[in-house]
Amino acid sequence: MGSRLALDDGVYLRNSVQTAAKILVVGHFAVGKTTFIGTMSEIPPLRTEEVMTQASAGIDDLRGAPGKTTTTVAMDFGRLTLSEKLVLYLFGTPGQQRFVQVWEDMTRGALGALVLVDPQRLEESFPVMDLVEHYGIPYAIAVNRFDGTPEHSFDEIREALDLLPETPVVNCDARDERSSADSLITLVRYLQSRLN
Amino acid sequence: MTIDDEPELVHEAAELVRPYVITNGRDLVDDSRFSLLTLVTVAQEPPRTQPLDPEKQRVLELCAGGFLSIAEIAGHTGLPVGVVRILVSDLTEEGHLYARAPIPSAQLVDRQILEEVLNGLQARFG
Ligand SMILES: Nc1nc2c(ncn2[C@@H]2O[C@H](COP(=O)(O)OP(=O)(O)OP(=O)(O)O)[C@@H](O)[C@H]2O)c(=O)[nH]1
Ligand SMILES: [Mg+2]
Repeated sequence: MGSRLALDDGVYLRNSVQTAAKILVVGHFAVGKTTFIGTMSEIPPLRTEEVMTQASAGIDDLRGAPGKTTTTVAMDFGRLTLSEKLVLYLFGTPGQQRFVQVWEDMTRGALGALVLVDPQRLEESFPVMDLVEHYGIPYAIAVNRFDGTPEHSFDEIREALDLLPETPVVNCDARDERSSADSLITLVRYLQSRLN
Repeated sequence: MTIDDEPELVHEAAELVRPYVITNGRDLVDDSRFSLLTLVTVAQEPPRTQPLDPEKQRVLELCAGGFLSIAEIAGHTGLPVGVVRILVSDLTEEGHLYARAPIPSAQLVDRQILEEVLNGLQARFG
């Protein structure tokens, strides 16, 4: 058809796919969300932009649209076809509190969340933890240890993040497929255990 | 302020106005039928007439190759998700697109999906 938008076959889903499931990959700024999604996705990761209009919280509205501000929130996502019938989407969701609208959208229908944390910056994960807990999304913690960071024991991390004893904590190198897949598998096993 | 600043201002205003124009000022669709994960492709027997709206044409061309989620349509076209939802909803109503809504979440369904996700991950990476 000579269409500029005609894309490579690999971009499209199999016709047989019936179910789309969603897992969130969340975490604070620069913790490795995009890297994780890029490692796991079968397609080059995509990005969506949500333009949101919100009631202005205060005085910072100089645009001449009284009471309204618009914010653009970018989300990365990737895709994994897991069977003839099932596709899993991984959505990277920013952890800032001001993105609550996006969180409402993202958490609807999500199976669970993988929370990436950097043990050097645990306190930066607090707002993210508040969000996952507020929305009641079951989660596992993936400790993305950057090169050369000193060891933090899982106990330290559990205590700092005030985790329930059953919440899984795993090490994860977001650049490594094996390691990233293992953290997802840990999360899914945990999600299953909660239903029993 | 120099003259050089002008085009950027115009550009920015256009960007802000665009989604509104594309959607004819309609409110954004809040419909579980057209969520991020709704899967979409062209209808088997679409109407003869093509949509006039160039954004709708773009979405149709993109969807001609097979199934994509609404999130992916937004990712490939660079249009905001809210706009894509409206375009897809309209195009489905007009008979151009076929939409397969994600299965609603219920515990029983989740149990089955989790099982399949786990099996799939293990088969692929195990
Ligand atoms: N050493 C090491 N570096 C990593 C790892 N994961 C990510 N990085 C690097 O950390 C930086 C930030 O990673 P991103 O994946 O962009 O993080 P992000 O969470 O998507 O960041 P924002 O979207 O900006 O919040 C990049 O330069 C990555 O290459 C890891 O496991 N180990
Ligand atoms: Mg990122």
